[in-house]
Amino acid sequence: MIVKVSIKKGRYYDSVTLMIISGELNRMEGIISSSVVMGTAGNKAILASAGLMTEELTGAGDSDLIISVHALSEQAAVSAINKTDELFRELRKQGDEDIGKKARTLGDALLQMPGANLSLISVAGKYAAAEAMKALQKGLHVMIFSDNVPIEEELALKQHAHERGLLVMGPDCGTAIIHGIPLGFANAVGRGGIGIVAASGTGLQEVASVISAGGTGISQAIGTGGRDIKREIGGIMFLDAMKALAAHAETKVIVLVSKPPHREVVDRIAEEIRHSAKPVVTILIGGDAESLKDAGAITAQTLEEAGMLAVAISMDDDPATVQRTLAQRSEWLDVLAGSHAGGRNGRFLRGLFSGGTLCDEAQLVLKKTLGFVYSNTPLHPDYQIQGTEPGRGDCIIDMGDDAFTVGRPHPMIDYSTRNRRIMEETADREVAVILLDIVLGYGSHPDPASELAPVIRKACEDFPGILFIGSVTGTDGDPQDRRRVIRELEAAGMVIMPSNAAAAELAGKIILQIRSKKT
Amino acid sequence: MAINELFGQPLKVVNTGLASFKENIETAGGEAIQVNWKPPVEVRKESLAVIERYREEIDRANGEALAIILGGTPVLTGMGIALETIPGMRRDLILHSGPPVTWERMCGPTRGAIIGALIYEGMAGDPEEAVRIAESGKIGFEPCHGHAAVGPMAGIISASMPVFIVRNEAYGNSAFCTMNEGLGKVLRYGAYSPEVIERLRRMEKILYPVLRKAIEKLGRLDLKTMISQALHMGDELHNRNRAGNSLFYRTMAPAIVETCTSQEDAISLLNFINGNDHFFLNLSMPAAKACLDAARDRAYSSIVIAMARNGTDFGVQLSGTGNRWFTGESPVPDALFFPGFTKADANPDIGDSAITETLGLGGFAIAAAPAIAQFVGGTAQDAIRYTLEMYTITAGENKAFQIPSLNFRGTPTGIDVRKVVENNITPFIDTGVAHREPGIGQVGAGVLSAPMEPFRKAFEGLAEEIVTRYG
Repeated sequence: MIVKVSIKKGRYYDSVTLMIISGELNRMEGIISSSVVMGTAGNKAILASAGLMTEELTGAGDSDLIISVHALSEQAAVSAINKTDELFRELRKQGDEDIGKKARTLGDALLQMPGANLSLISVAGKYAAAEAMKALQKGLHVMIFSDNVPIEEELALKQHAHERGLLVMGPDCGTAIIHGIPLGFANAVGRGGIGIVAASGTGLQEVASVISAGGTGISQAIGTGGRDIKREIGGIMFLDAMKALAAHAETKVIVLVSKPPHREVVDRIAEEIRHSAKPVVTILIGGDAESLKDAGAITAQTLEEAGMLAVAISMDDDPATVQRTLAQRSEWLDVLAGSHAGGRNGRFLRGLFSGGTLCDEAQLVLKKTLGFVYSNTPLHPDYQIQGTEPGRGDCIIDMGDDAFTVGRPHPMIDYSTRNRRIMEETADREVAVILLDIVLGYGSHPDPASELAPVIRKACEDFPGILFIGSVTGTDGDPQDRRRVIRELEAAGMVIMPSNAAAAELAGKIILQIRSKKT
Repeated sequence: MAINELFGQPLKVVNTGLASFKENIETAGGEAIQVNWKPPVEVRKESLAVIERYREEIDRANGEALAIILGGTPVLTGMGIALETIPGMRRDLILHSGPPVTWERMCGPTRGAIIGALIYEGMAGDPEEAVRIAESGKIGFEPCHGHAAVGPMAGIISASMPVFIVRNEAYGNSAFCTMNEGLGKVLRYGAYSPEVIERLRRMEKILYPVLRKAIEKLGRLDLKTMISQALHMGDELHNRNRAGNSLFYRTMAPAIVETCTSQEDAISLLNFINGNDHFFLNLSMPAAKACLDAARDRAYSSIVIAMARNGTDFGVQLSGTGNRWFTGESPVPDALFFPGFTKADANPDIGDSAITETLGLGGFAIAAAPAIAQFVGGTAQDAIRYTLEMYTITAGENKAFQIPSLNFRGTPTGIDVRKVVENNITPFIDTGVAHREPGIGQVGAGVLSAPMEPFRKAFEGLAEEIVTRYG
């Protein structure tokens, strides 16, 4: 076995392109593993931990491309490295079709697209703020998908933008929908009268999907990034976006989605709600919404409820009908839980999540049935565990956490890490239920059922006592087609609920029933 | 633009980063353009701050430098013997291409050419003696660039060699370059066999007097116009000079016939020019040099006024940093090799000919010369892309030098080291490839992107210069 490397000085490709190339190499005969990355300190650390680092690579810098191959033979390694040249050439050829359209800089792009009004930035975090500032200086609104942007840079960008009436979504803003156009990871939702401001990416996706399923649509959905509502940023963009939606004629109802904001920010949001002529629905995942309620907000406990409330209000229905509908469903879930509780060998719940907010929401819902559960992002610090260690008791793991994603694609794109974890958890004889989220939309895996269904089938065969429960966030208009995904997962034996909250509620009820039978 | 204005207009997205986001936007019916982004080069934070602080001064100085470069009017006015013509030339001095380099660090072709020059000058009887002399320190080695001269490949100029005199009439300075020897076993590729020395002597004794007289007869020969025309005829004036050569030949032939008393010598010279497609390179290079030298020493200016390689180092000089060289390792070009040769035979990039790129010709004008793009393994579209990319790192366009396929857009001119660093794009250079052993000659032709190192150092060096002198 041999590790062979090559450095291409001054060659830059985006991370997705590099992952495609690396994937191609991994499929070659005689290749154990490979990595094609830019030579940043972070990437070199990953190479080291993967056994792909060599002395030669220490001199590679941020703007150098590294190819590192772990192979069975020298020959296999050399042919893999040579293959990269061919693959990059093919990419270049594809690029040729765009000749004349390709811009090297923002300035070039603006020459070629006069009237551009939004800059979507997904370069590595340490470069993102500089690119964003250039865009703001040219008068463009900005969405920063990149994470790892220092908070002081975020503040500087947002203050600059605020003074000029510009929008800065992010950093770490995974999703937004402007004029029905998905930006980043977003779902194909219908157009309608509901505007969303969200400091949570998957939270926004879940609410938008529920609204879409409810037969109405979205006017605009603005993401702010999770830190906007913290004290340091002070909700600058959250509040600006609220104001913009309040003044936006097509928006009839406003939904606010967030993890608990800082107290001072909550007060400012409350003030804004007090002045809003439009109904405002809020969902603070795990937060106290009393002051918002006092200010006139219609408060929801789950993302699903928030979406349903917004739909009801936009159709001039009584919001109370939503509570009634959900109460009825709870009763139905009790019955359903009873029918699934029998025949289980284990007694614990294991949740494996790709969406961070969905993971939080699941824990909140489960608190009503199971109390606090273990997590790498727990509701209570006593329940903290490392995500990468094996599950313990009832636990819910956010697999989108940094511990899983450094140097790897996000679990919404690449199911391999979660699939491996599913196999490990199902082999634990104490486990009865596996709870999953499946997030569709632009940017996510193009065919998640093809990844999950075989794993579920195999697990159900090997361990007949295991039950899979989950929900599919997305719409029928998404590239993956929600209906088809649900059909295929159900055929594999998974129980699919209409929402993440419902899936967590059912899972908790089943575990409770199993335990009550066993005691 | 207020946020509500965004809500009131069609969304037009500039996408920087993951290309799939652009595709998604388009699939959903939106409009997006991809920025082919590269991370910026890492330079010292203090340097960045200085360059940013003095932005206005630098912009102004660059404007002045660019105007001088564009306003240059290089004219061939005559020829002379190096010793009598090149400022600071001495019998015991040999000029070479690129930044300064010691005998110990010189590459094979440069050493070979120095051996040949010492034999040619009669200072050494054989190669062994030449090496002893070179090692002894009795002979000085200095860059051509320090003497208003340029030389292709090894770029060797010794005292007895005839040189062209190219005068920049607008600014009064001159530049010098030897006559091109042709292809095959030639001194500039490090060959020093008797046939090489014999050719050099014939050039000095027979061809030079005839050519000098013909040029004197014409008085002056406008190289700027000739270069403009050659660009319209498919040359980029670095790797392809066929059109320039034809124009030169057409202009010179009657004067040669008229002034030469020996028909035999006239035929000999005409055949020499006609038989060497690179003859005009040794005129396009000093023409570029003359234009660029006039723009030296503009305080604050970040414009590159020389790029040159000695086969070991790649060197860069800026207008605002005097005669300081900023260097980095010279890379081996990506090339198409002649049959029987591979990259293992190739010498790192060598020669002062990148002066053409510095003036916006060569690789910068490759869109005008699709035949060269094909020669080096690319397509006509590649050529256009290379040229378009160079507009990103230059301060302006040369209206006198135009590219037909870009709708007669002016060539990208005035490399701004700030833009090189900020966009992480280095100059694109057409080049010939020398064998790493002396005397074998050209083994291929290719293209390369200049290494970043000298430009990074130049960026930091300019910041130092500004702080020291004006801070």
